[in-house]
Amino acid sequence: MKVAIIVFPGTSCENEMHTICTHQLKLEADFVREYETNLDDYDAILLPGGASYGDAIRPGAIAALQPVMSTVKKAAEAGKPVLGIGNGFQILTEAELLPGVLLKNDQLKFICASMKLLVQNNETLWTKKYEQNEKISVPIAHGYGRYHCDSETLQTLKDNRQILFTYEENPNGSIEAIAGISNRAGNVVGMMPHPERAVEEILGSVDGSKLFQSIVSDGRQSHDA
Amino acid sequence: MTHEPTPAQIKEKQIYREMGMTDEEFALAEKMLGRTPNYTETGLFSVMWSEHCSYKNSKAILKTFPTEGPQVLQGPGEGAGIVDIGDNQAVVFKIESHNSPSAIEPYEGAATGVGGIIRDVFSMGAKPIASLNSLRFGELDSPRVRYLLEKAVEGIGDYGNKLGVPTVGGEIQFDSAYEANPLVNAMVVGVIDHQDMQKGQAKGVGNTVMYAGSPTGRDGIHGATFSSSELAEEVDQQERAAVQAGDPFTEKLLMDACLELVKSDALIGIQDMGAAGLTSSAAEMASKAGSGIEMNLDLIPQREADMTPYEMMLSESQERMLLVVKKGREQEIIDLFSRYDLEAVACGVVTDDKMFRLFHKGKVVAEVPADALAEDAPEYHKPSKEPDYFREFQAMAPETPEVADYTETLAKLLQQPTIASKEWVYQQFDQQVGNQTIVKPGSDAAVVRIKNTQKAIAITTDCNARYIYLDPETGGKIAVAEAARNIVCSGAEPLAITDGLNFGSPEKPEIFWQLEQSAAGIREACLALDSPVISGNVSLFNEKGGKAIYPTPIIGMVGLIKNLAHVTTQSFQSAGDLIYIIGETKEEFGGSELQKLVHGEFFGKAPEIDLIVEVRRQKQLLEAIRSGKVASAHDVSEGGAAVAIAESLFGTYLGAEVELSGHPVAALFSETQSRFIVSVKEADQAAFEEIVEDAKLIGKVKDQPELVVRLNQQPLIQTEVKILEDAWRGAIPCLLTAKD
Repeated sequence: MKVAIIVFPGTSCENEMHTICTHQLKLEADFVREYETNLDDYDAILLPGGASYGDAIRPGAIAALQPVMSTVKKAAEAGKPVLGIGNGFQILTEAELLPGVLLKNDQLKFICASMKLLVQNNETLWTKKYEQNEKISVPIAHGYGRYHCDSETLQTLKDNRQILFTYEENPNGSIEAIAGISNRAGNVVGMMPHPERAVEEILGSVDGSKLFQSIVSDGRQSHDA
Repeated sequence: MTHEPTPAQIKEKQIYREMGMTDEEFALAEKMLGRTPNYTETGLFSVMWSEHCSYKNSKAILKTFPTEGPQVLQGPGEGAGIVDIGDNQAVVFKIESHNSPSAIEPYEGAATGVGGIIRDVFSMGAKPIASLNSLRFGELDSPRVRYLLEKAVEGIGDYGNKLGVPTVGGEIQFDSAYEANPLVNAMVVGVIDHQDMQKGQAKGVGNTVMYAGSPTGRDGIHGATFSSSELAEEVDQQERAAVQAGDPFTEKLLMDACLELVKSDALIGIQDMGAAGLTSSAAEMASKAGSGIEMNLDLIPQREADMTPYEMMLSESQERMLLVVKKGREQEIIDLFSRYDLEAVACGVVTDDKMFRLFHKGKVVAEVPADALAEDAPEYHKPSKEPDYFREFQAMAPETPEVADYTETLAKLLQQPTIASKEWVYQQFDQQVGNQTIVKPGSDAAVVRIKNTQKAIAITTDCNARYIYLDPETGGKIAVAEAARNIVCSGAEPLAITDGLNFGSPEKPEIFWQLEQSAAGIREACLALDSPVISGNVSLFNEKGGKAIYPTPIIGMVGLIKNLAHVTTQSFQSAGDLIYIIGETKEEFGGSELQKLVHGEFFGKAPEIDLIVEVRRQKQLLEAIRSGKVASAHDVSEGGAAVAIAESLFGTYLGAEVELSGHPVAALFSETQSRFIVSVKEADQAAFEEIVEDAKLIGKVKDQPELVVRLNQQPLIQTEVKILEDAWRGAIPCLLTAKD
């Protein structure tokens, strides 16, 4: 199984993602730049956090327009697992691969803190290693993390069980305390908390590991098939 | 251009004075040149001879610091110092101030402070892995102070958070002495493999001088000069214009590009264009290498039309680097930077005539010996005088403040902004990006591991300026010793320090005396603790309306943790663990938080410090930590033992029962130095006591989240920990939301 880690100018969490893929999951992983247009070799796509293009206009807005994103869209439509964390989530909403928007935190400040999340749906490609309603500890670090969508979209998210993670205590004013969602098919996931920072005891939590492990078995199965 | 004054006009009308040069300095410049400098040249001299660039008032003092040791790979003089950590790796670090810009425009001032020090570190070839901030503000009851704090913190966060460099620690103190002159010092630490170490030198005649990064604009002109003078009563537009604007996105690209560049053998030298921009980077690179530089200013990328040589040379536009590369290899460098969407252009050449020569539109517009601007800048030995206040304080009899309710006093101390939780501040910083931060802000020192090894480094910044105000020599010793205590409590051995010397005007003999005396204290403590000074920064003239800040030489210290298993925090670990205090307690309240709480001012003598005792206790505690006999360790600082014990409980959901001795107010709140609160597993009691001779068993960690402190069986303090913790956590957010 081979993973593409998409890197835009200003991305900064790509190395952690790479370490998890290669050291912990023993997968092949490549950094793929914003101008690339071929992702055929990859079984999963990760969009790491950071501040692509310095968060100019809106976080993720310029990254969403880069050539690589049309290819990510095609891969997503073909059912490949796609995960966006932090700025990666913002890019996925800007690219309309996920519904809704991420607004400035309601207290208007950047927040970096450890958070308790609740797993709301453990039946997706990315969450199946978790227990339903499992409480996990994952840090956040964002200034624009307030998830918002219209009431119709919110109803659709609920009806299709697209809300994957919620905050136990809402840190930023997100609607219904939403921390992470998926697309309707469940293969594209975006979340503001950083599971890649919760993968070793020494970092304070290992609860993020299961997210990455979830796709490994799946990827291997699809390869074997 | 036509309206620039002629050399004769500059001299007659004393225009150089507006640029911060004295009559004597202008005469010296004339003598060095053998003629009267033109407008551009006067600008070069004035900015290079400012305190910020030349250290002319502090050089004599900086020379007294110990700067060598087997661990030191690069001492002061380059962008940052370098210390060996074994296995062919080294750490690179430096502290820098951005005080004046932050007093005028706190958001941009603080942001560009972070940007500048990050560039200093990656210009040495090192990847920045941690950033810290040492901040001083006035009291939070002033709306202006709250504005300065909020904006400075936001500026640091917005800049640092976009770079992918975690902000892992630092400290903040609040005192009215900083009301008009806040201090914003930033420290950055990087890691490097020995073979990648770079220098800012323009070597090799014929080699090419290149400019890389953002184009040059008119921002920040004369920033260094302005930083080297007292703040005016009214901020004028010219001062505001001297504050640069930062662009963290470009900085991130520049950092990534430079970290690739340092692997190239085409690179000869590299230096950040920081204070005095193009002038200082070029002149210093030439002067250090004993060579000359010629630059064609028509080739300098410019953001604005019709910039004059004077404006280009004095601009402090951010995110720019000056490179010297091997002749013929320019295209590789241009290609490298273009991969990061950055401009790099060849703009000059290294010469052998030791001259700093600038061309513009086909004419020579400046021709000055490079050494005259750098190496040979004037050096002053200012008169020094012991201030009257010091004699008065020394003559005072020691005074122990009266305390009626110990529990209430403890809660109040925990609410003092200097002691209270700084979560409100550091929550706005990305502390973890990179996944190397092991101990985040809030413990004695931050701990960052070194990738792919079992090692880590502990980093802290410290300076209790109240002690230094009361007694600069003793206070200087304490600042270094306290930094080392924090390092040791984290399980690390002190390696070296960087110092950020923030003082008032050196023109006043009493202020110069503070600088001189505190430096003597720092020197002595550095020698005793085997921690040389490897880099630093001087910020003088921190005054407004004749009122100076407290003398504030901030100590940034880095220590080495040889094995991740040694990482220790201040938090008690489990019920049943034994609590020890290391070191006896005296009745010392000069400069203490209790003195401020009770009297609203600082007076008397600073606490004493015996460096021999200090070193012995630190060595023994570190040995006990390394042999696995210590569960938690915390130094006793502001607020005394009661505060240290309470802090050891916060966030743990545990309690403690402690029995102290001596005078109750001293036992709880004295700020006697060289003390620690340590917890130890019961099974390790004998082994621990064997190693740490000054340790005294005072109590036990309990399951019940309650703090009970007794003295001669009489309870002094008995309270739920939650009450104390809520007071401590809530204090700063509460003060910030106060309505006027």
